[in-house]
Amino acid sequence: MTEPMIKLTIDGELLEVPAGTTVMKAAEKLGINIPRLCYHPDLSLEGACRVCVVQVEGFNHFIASCSQQVWEGMMVQTNSPQIRQARRDILELLLDNHPKDCQTCERDGNCELQRQAYRLGVRERLFEGKRKQYPQDESSKSVVRNPEKCILCGRCIRVCAEVQGVQNLSQHGRGFNTVVGPANLGPMDESACIQCGQCVAVCPTAAFLEKDHTERVWEALSGAAGKKHLVVHTAPAIRATIGESFGFPLGTPVTGQLVTALRRLGFDAIFDTNFGADLTVIEEGNEFLKRLNGEGPLPLLTSCSPGWINFMEKFYPEMIPLASTCKSPMQMTSTLIKTYYAERKGIDPKDIFVVAIMPCVAKKYEAARPEQLLSQGETVTDAVLTTRELAWMIKSYGIDFANLPEGEYDRPLGVSSGAGDIFGTTGGVMEAALRTVAVKLTGEELGPLVFEAVRGIVGLKEATVSIGGQEINVAVCDGLTHAKKALAYIKSGEKNYHLVEMMACPGGCIMGGGQPYPPFEMDVLDPELAKLRAKALYSVDAHKQLRRSHENPAITKLYEEYIGEPNGEKAHELLHTHYQARMPRGIR
Amino acid sequence: MSTSVTQFFEGLQSRVLEATAARRLQEKIVIQVGSATCEHAAGSLDVMDEFVKHVKSSGRQDVVLRKTGCTGRCSKEPIVGVTVPGQLPVKYERVNRELVHKIFTSHIQDGAPVVESALDDSLSEIHKSEFVFCAGVRCGLEGENVMMHKFAQKLRDRAPHPETIKVSKVGCFGACSQEDRGKCAYILHRPSKAMYRIHSEQDLDEIIATQVLGGQLVERLLATDQLVSKDFFDMYGDVAFFNRQSRVALRNCGVVDPESLDEYVTYGGFKALGTVLTNRDPQWVINEVLKARLRGRGGGGFPTGKKWQMAFDQKETTRYLICNGDEGDPGAFMDRGMLESDPFNIVEGMIIGAYAIQAQKGFLYIRAEYPLAIKRIQNAIDLSRASGLLGQDIMASGYSFDLEIRLGAGAFVCGEETALIASIEGERGQPGLRPPYPVEKGLWGKPTCINNVETFANISAIINFGGDWFARIGTAESGGTKVFALAGRVKHTGLVEVPLGTTLKDVVFDIGGGVQDDKPLKAVQTGGPAGGFIPAKWLDMEVDFAPLAKAGSIMGSGGMIVLSEEDCIVDIAKFYLSFTTDESCGKCTPCREGTTRMQEILERITIGTAVMGDLDKLERLAQLCQQTSLCGLGRAAPNPILSSLDHFRDEYLEHIIDKRCRSKKCVALIRYVISQELCIGCTVCARNCPVECISGKRKEVHVIDQERCIKCGQCFQVCRFDAVERG
Repeated sequence: MTEPMIKLTIDGELLEVPAGTTVMKAAEKLGINIPRLCYHPDLSLEGACRVCVVQVEGFNHFIASCSQQVWEGMMVQTNSPQIRQARRDILELLLDNHPKDCQTCERDGNCELQRQAYRLGVRERLFEGKRKQYPQDESSKSVVRNPEKCILCGRCIRVCAEVQGVQNLSQHGRGFNTVVGPANLGPMDESACIQCGQCVAVCPTAAFLEKDHTERVWEALSGAAGKKHLVVHTAPAIRATIGESFGFPLGTPVTGQLVTALRRLGFDAIFDTNFGADLTVIEEGNEFLKRLNGEGPLPLLTSCSPGWINFMEKFYPEMIPLASTCKSPMQMTSTLIKTYYAERKGIDPKDIFVVAIMPCVAKKYEAARPEQLLSQGETVTDAVLTTRELAWMIKSYGIDFANLPEGEYDRPLGVSSGAGDIFGTTGGVMEAALRTVAVKLTGEELGPLVFEAVRGIVGLKEATVSIGGQEINVAVCDGLTHAKKALAYIKSGEKNYHLVEMMACPGGCIMGGGQPYPPFEMDVLDPELAKLRAKALYSVDAHKQLRRSHENPAITKLYEEYIGEPNGEKAHELLHTHYQARMPRGIR
Repeated sequence: MSTSVTQFFEGLQSRVLEATAARRLQEKIVIQVGSATCEHAAGSLDVMDEFVKHVKSSGRQDVVLRKTGCTGRCSKEPIVGVTVPGQLPVKYERVNRELVHKIFTSHIQDGAPVVESALDDSLSEIHKSEFVFCAGVRCGLEGENVMMHKFAQKLRDRAPHPETIKVSKVGCFGACSQEDRGKCAYILHRPSKAMYRIHSEQDLDEIIATQVLGGQLVERLLATDQLVSKDFFDMYGDVAFFNRQSRVALRNCGVVDPESLDEYVTYGGFKALGTVLTNRDPQWVINEVLKARLRGRGGGGFPTGKKWQMAFDQKETTRYLICNGDEGDPGAFMDRGMLESDPFNIVEGMIIGAYAIQAQKGFLYIRAEYPLAIKRIQNAIDLSRASGLLGQDIMASGYSFDLEIRLGAGAFVCGEETALIASIEGERGQPGLRPPYPVEKGLWGKPTCINNVETFANISAIINFGGDWFARIGTAESGGTKVFALAGRVKHTGLVEVPLGTTLKDVVFDIGGGVQDDKPLKAVQTGGPAGGFIPAKWLDMEVDFAPLAKAGSIMGSGGMIVLSEEDCIVDIAKFYLSFTTDESCGKCTPCREGTTRMQEILERITIGTAVMGDLDKLERLAQLCQQTSLCGLGRAAPNPILSSLDHFRDEYLEHIIDKRCRSKKCVALIRYVISQELCIGCTVCARNCPVECISGKRKEVHVIDQERCIKCGQCFQVCRFDAVERG
């Protein structure tokens, strides 16, 4: 049924839009972008900032265009002098209660508050007075909460509740003393936070940021604390997104430039986390085949996404037996760097400093997980940089990224298949696994490569794949509200899945909490953005000779030389881990 | 089906009648002790205790002690009523243990009322009977009280002892029918409780001949219909503060025992519900309420019938009804009064409302600071349910509806509908976006109708006496009465219920007795913290939603604060704004940040550091907050500022330019100086100065060091020679 059309006038221009359209969207049809702050197209309406007010004939008060639907004959003015002054004053009120430290702020240049203040013409301060003062919460390994920079738009609260289903954040206090934080304003690391970093992604200011690891990387690069062998590896999704920070069009893979930039920064070896992804396919694939044979419970839940693992440990500890025991590709790669690679190179692992470039902030916590440390308690990953952090380091160093020659990853841990590349998008882990599982189950070397059913930005994708006469029910979840849905099906027995891919962030790693802030005309969480970034990964995959993980010769060699059997004793020692229930403080 | 409701109600009535008859109250001395939070605070629990002791030790079996709610005569509490059979009831004010002893020995044992402690001095002469005339405040017939004066004259001419008969007037009994309106007057005779409807002077003559001289009732003139406020005026008709009011919503307050279902039924309770369930037509109920022109008493003034119609018309059949008892205004206590003093009436009003919108479940949202109200409402719910008046198959009608209490944590903003719903749902009490409106998608996404306590208090009267009757009491736009909490610098403070359309002057001077110490009136602030100031020159304004809004104020929940020349308008505006600043929920920018900035500017003005530019900024922020805030709280928050700037800008200018506060309320602007002529050097001021900033030798003129003076006013207070000048 098509909606009836409504005629209205905006700024003197008559237009027709479907019933139910908001004034903000109607104005966009005329090419008028009404300023906004709390509004986010992929979250529920808040109507709190009031920056998007417009004047409507017949009303004494101004109306928020984000939430007001059009009506027949409505007369709207978006830029009357009164409206311009009101918006300017609202913006100033926000600024008056915000630190005056733009020049030293991490979000300088890509802050939405700063941008709107400039656009609305706040050139002087009229109403300044007292300003809120709160300590910064640095308790979390991944996310830093800075309430002084918060403008109470509520996006973080909404993304945490509506997209991730975690509901860790809420407003506390009233009026001027309102502040956003976890339950009872306790420390973030004792809260229900699963560290996905989506709050960081949607925050218009710097009220939420990732925990900074650049300092420790600069220090390692300088050799000030003793020269170490510096190894870096880059997650699959980085090549698809870091170009955005250097002016490349959205969805441009820049693998070669990335490698060269890292070499310029001074790393001794540059590997690809894709290697770990290929390895994950082998280990997880074997685990799956075993369980499919009755050795262990089904469905198998994947374990690459640390946000998901945190979510499971905090909210669904009863699901732990279903989760794959495989470490994540990052941790597999780092472990092998400090064992296999170190032994082959004859370097004491203590003299190796491993940096992982990740699209994710939860990886910062994962790197510090006590059960994943080496036997003497050393971390396998010594620093985790988000895509944003690395982009800033490259800029800070002065490297002309766009014009760099394309470099190549080092061997052996830089060799990877296209299956590893697509790990960075929702459905990619599943597709990579199916490519290998299909071959293993049928014994035919040339099984299917592309599994369309698990591609796309949908939320919860379900498919039944027929392999070698066996029907395999798979599900792919991105965004934890979708994971919740799948888990409910599993719990109730309503769905009979065999293999479920879990990714905490909506769209997968390409939309991770550590990815570049999108250009201003796009919104974080925009499915179009996810599609463009995913396209980049699929094209990298399509252009590779190696498309299946088990075809990766470096992997084959690794098993021959070092690990032995997949899922064997050595594999379990190095590549697998275990989980435990971790209830937030105050919950038993 | 409908006959079963009638049978049920008749059964209930006869059971109650029997129980009441068994108590033989008519033959006994009844002592009514006020019992509400305010009464308790004033000491009524002690009073009750003392009466119990006296009755016990006296051994008298013919004295009955009863609890009643609060009449709303705040400054005179605790109030005790004593009714001796065949005599006029006597009400005592500010009763304490000693007075109880006096009342018991003098009035009850010896038959001599304690005249000097009678409420509002109404016993200055002892009267045997009283004729209470309606003053025709709305119909205009008795505007000049012609009939009353004629009657008084006739009494003086013809009665053997005219000094024993009192003649007085009340505002409006709310008694007229459509046909009678403006053509008749009503007279209540006490203690016989006879209500006469008179049309002519001949009727007056007949009353004198038959009743005054013959001691018989004039059957021909008796108004047999049950009149809404008759019982109230029968008890309080002689008290000036009350008898100028029209009691509809408060008709039972101070009359019935709030914890007794039987008494409520005796006073006509649940008759309206019986009528509604007998008719079995929700649309008929809605139509009556529409005809009544009843507007929401919570402040917004949205027509109640229209709201019910919208809820009734929803497709979704799961519906909720909520009573908003989150009375958050400082100084407003009418909802508490009704919940504590007449809880069954609220429950009955809600059941009728629920039937009208066909709701299955209702909630009473009451602030947790009202423990007695909660207790009494819970009691009313329990007793009603046990008697088949609530819950499954109400009054054997087949209709089922149940009620639950939900406690509010005291946030002012939870009085806003969407915030209230969020609070009941267990979420943070913050307003949401509208539309969708609660009647479309409210509590748990279902159609939800929210009405104020006072709105529900009017429902049973509307059903019993008809929508047309109710509409006639008020104005063309708004039917009925409104309860105000009259406070501030007025002689008589308390709950005042008057027909909508009554002038401010009548409320403040006629009922309130005028300004304390007869100082000039400066303004009347209405509508609570988000209301505005009505200057003295507009006192003839009729109190109704539209005129108040036009004057820059609001009806709000009915706060009415009288301000005299002793009050500083800037200081009062600052006080109200500080309330809304504290109570802002923090969601939207203009309210959260704007109120704080306005507060800072007002602070600067009152301490003398403001500059002229601050006034422009204040006005700009006030308008911003009014125009762009998300909810009604934010939009109304600047009302005290905008309306005071409108009417009292000169006071702001004085503060800013002259650094002067004419009311001497802004401490920082006050200057204490010792007069050279008047100071005799007694040193008292110097010895009392807490910061020792007064110097001077004995018998020499003293001097205040202005730099060090903290303006505490001690010197001003202690000087016996008026030598310290405050300027």
